[in-house]
Amino acid sequence: MAGGIKKFVVGCFDDEKVLFPAVKNVRKAGYKIHDVYTPFPVHGLDHAIGIRETSLHTAGFIYAITGTTTALTFISWVFTKDWPLNIGGKPHFALPAWIPITFELTVLFSAVGMVLTFCYLCQLAPFVKKHHFHARATDDLFVMAIECTDKTNDAEVQAFLQQAGATEVNVQNAETGWWIGRYDREQKLYKEEKGY
Amino acid sequence: MSLLKYESQIREPLVDGNKDYHQVTEDIIRPIEMKPSRLWYIGFSISVALLLFGVYSIYREVTYGIGQWNLNKTIGWGWDITNFVWWIGIGHAGTLISAILLLFRQGWRTGVNRAAEAMTIFAVICAGQFPIWHMGRVWMAFFVLPYPNSRGPLWVNFNSPLLWDVFAISTYFTVSLLFWYSGLLPDLATVRDRAKTKFRKMFYGVASFGWSGSTKHWQRHESLALVLAGLSTPLVLSVHTIVSFDFATSVVPGWHTTIFPPYFVAGAIFSGFAMVQTLMIVVRKVLNLQDYITIGHIEAMNKIIVLTGSIVGCAYLTELFIAWYGQNPYEWYAFKENRANLFSPYGWSYYLMMFCNVVSPQLFWSRKLRRNITVTFFMSIIVNIGMWFERFVIIVTSVYRDYLPSSWSTYYSPSIWEIGFYLGTFGLFFTCFFLFGKYFPVIAVAEIKAILKTSGENYKVKMTDLEKADAEKFYVEEVEHAH
Repeated sequence: MAGGIKKFVVGCFDDEKVLFPAVKNVRKAGYKIHDVYTPFPVHGLDHAIGIRETSLHTAGFIYAITGTTTALTFISWVFTKDWPLNIGGKPHFALPAWIPITFELTVLFSAVGMVLTFCYLCQLAPFVKKHHFHARATDDLFVMAIECTDKTNDAEVQAFLQQAGATEVNVQNAETGWWIGRYDREQKLYKEEKGY
Repeated sequence: MSLLKYESQIREPLVDGNKDYHQVTEDIIRPIEMKPSRLWYIGFSISVALLLFGVYSIYREVTYGIGQWNLNKTIGWGWDITNFVWWIGIGHAGTLISAILLLFRQGWRTGVNRAAEAMTIFAVICAGQFPIWHMGRVWMAFFVLPYPNSRGPLWVNFNSPLLWDVFAISTYFTVSLLFWYSGLLPDLATVRDRAKTKFRKMFYGVASFGWSGSTKHWQRHESLALVLAGLSTPLVLSVHTIVSFDFATSVVPGWHTTIFPPYFVAGAIFSGFAMVQTLMIVVRKVLNLQDYITIGHIEAMNKIIVLTGSIVGCAYLTELFIAWYGQNPYEWYAFKENRANLFSPYGWSYYLMMFCNVVSPQLFWSRKLRRNITVTFFMSIIVNIGMWFERFVIIVTSVYRDYLPSSWSTYYSPSIWEIGFYLGTFGLFFTCFFLFGKYFPVIAVAEIKAILKTSGENYKVKMTDLEKADAEKFYVEEVEHAH
């Protein structure tokens, strides 16, 4: 995705009780919330800012069945085609004895695949440099970043945020790398979502 | 949406004291930013010394062979495999706390899960050493992996429980590590954003993978944690089940029983919780975290100890009964002569196991003793000794007298190098744990913050007023108006 410097109005809130109405008002006023950075998972915030459910668990399921089929096809190929071992005259296709390994590989594929997908989607890796809007976003502040366009009057947005209960407001320029705003394309404005 | 999730007043607060979000960060992160105490250096040095002794013991074993361990043709599995099963069992409590209690929505897990998961990972690393070095020709250890080789290719035996173990333990280690580290990312970012020194900024910057706390990331993070918990739950049960298959699928009297999988899993959780208690009681005191790991947490874990201890006791009696009822002379001999006979060469270990695992945890039926830290600490040590002897009893008392009396070996005691190897894994475990306690947040900071407003003491007080007002309102509306 193309980079480039973008301007953001940043508002910090110190209580989630203030944050939720603020999010609603900001969206109602037609501003585009780029993201809200929180020190812990705030339940319901994802719906409040209008991002869709994650489908990471679907990916996990696909990885899991990949693991199952890998284990079953590989073991059955080894023991029935490539090198059939005669173990006390028992059947070569010994499915019950393969269940433990099949299960382990199912779990392994799913877990490893999901974590890698998670890191890819969130662009998390060692040595990744990101713009952090506020150092206390991982401590005790809920930091809302509003994306500015050419037409945005940032003084007006700042005043709006202050009025909504933000304890600290400022304007920051941040380089939008490919980690930024993958999902903001899907984010609908409050108007579109509610149909008014 | 209501932000104040309701939690009954009957429940004890999970976070004591007057805390806000910043105070939580301060309390948990501060030990990382301070110079370690003298006690830390002493403990760390002892651990490293033990580790080095272990390394030397392994060197002896690799150079001269398994004979260094006093193993013989009859007793091929002695301390080594006992230690393996013991360490693997200890790891299970960490996964139980982080995964099973997450699925059951138990709030108290947040205080202990991070350290317990770390314990799991270190315990599995220690456990893995034993089968690997037991191979003797350890440079051929890679033979256990199914890779296309130039000998046919000659594949591994997928029908063998020992190979299932390879898969189970390596999967368990990988999944536990991923679960633990993905949970650590947000907390490492908290340390990074507070960092003052250049080294800390760089180290935690790299370690936190650039975590920002974005809402979308949290949403994915929660989904990931939930699915990993769902995967780890059957995984942890499967691991000790498969370890028990190593014994149960054999034809050795004393091993050949179908009760082993549930019995091993219960025992694993039992010993694991004892180890969590040992570690947590020290950690909360040394790092001053009594507000986060409260007496309530300790009591909750003691309840699990008395439950799993009783399950284990029930299993001991069941296998004893079935050995008699089954009328297999070899099986009954193993139980009657090798174990239950106090005056047989290893009879004492059977009674020691019974006392430590079945009798002593029954003290925890008393609420007063469950909430007593000194009693809990001693009990945790006793349980771990007992669980070590359980594995010793299962392994050694079953094999030392086999079908052929001429090969009976009633004289097995470990050599200094076999003991040294075991002590070495203690060194490895505690070296890792000391480093973890110094450089990583030992409590999940973000998770504590997420439960703070429902389970923190100062917020609970406010909730009490609300609840009272609500009860009064209910009374006025429902009772008075009815008349």
